[in-house]
Amino acid sequence: MPSSEEIFEKVQETLVDALGVDDDEVTPSATLIGDLGAESIDFLDIVFRLEKNFDIKIPRGELFPENLASADSGFVADGKVTTDGIAQLREKMPHADVDSFAKDPQVSRIQDLFTVDMICKFVAARLK
Amino acid sequence: MRWYWVDKFIEFDSGKRARSIKNVSLAEEHLHDHFPGFPVMPGSLMIEGMAQTGGILLGEHFQFRYNVILAKVPKVTFHSWACPGDQIIYTADLQDARVEGGSVTVTAKVGDRLVADAEIVFVHLSSDDPQLSRIDQKNFVFRMNLLDILTVGKVDTGSADSAP
Repeated sequence: MPSSEEIFEKVQETLVDALGVDDDEVTPSATLIGDLGAESIDFLDIVFRLEKNFDIKIPRGELFPENLASADSGFVADGKVTTDGIAQLREKMPHADVDSFAKDPQVSRIQDLFTVDMICKFVAARLK
Repeated sequence: MRWYWVDKFIEFDSGKRARSIKNVSLAEEHLHDHFPGFPVMPGSLMIEGMAQTGGILLGEHFQFRYNVILAKVPKVTFHSWACPGDQIIYTADLQDARVEGGSVTVTAKVGDRLVADAEIVFVHLSSDDPQLSRIDQKNFVFRMNLLDILTVGKVDTGSADSAP
């Protein structure tokens, strides 16, 4: 089992390759979309690279759940994620910082749940 | 006009590797402008040839159940030129193949000379995906219709492919 530093370094390298960013941009708190400029297409590329670099399998939707709080999900009211929706986020994204999100649960902030740290924790859980 | 940027396949190992040929000819009009007095195969069209080689490899792996769309070229490096008279051989190796899409690594060589290498990521769109209707399907979906340039192949069993 690699240390958390080793996991971070490998995740950092993965994101540098997938997103063409500099390694000093890839900090634990960096958000994939907002800070690192990832687009939806990049998520598949990141999954491929993580699987290869860590020799793990990542089933569809486990690292990057799809259709989170979409308009017809029933988890959104007035542009905010409902309490039920937040419970669902906790379940689907156990490695994301849902607590901070819950303080201001605007739908537009959902993408900020996808951080470098979330990927590191996901990978660490897979490697256990 | 059909958007074919490979002339034929010379090897097709289902789920693993595909190799194809592109003969560069001065009869291709775009070479007269790219560049005047110095005709070279445009890099963008080489990427298309690499994507067609890899896209068919991925599509065939799933028996063309999905609409395979070129999504991303994470890495491409051009090492040298391909000029009229050169025969480019694209070799695509399937790296990942799953329900959401797949990826390949591809080289382009003229003889032993490496002209370009690339990583290419594809996504699968389902036939009812609204995004699909916005795409010129005849030319930009790597599907069965491109297989008519597949003249050599191996099916899953390893025997020669009788498909055209």
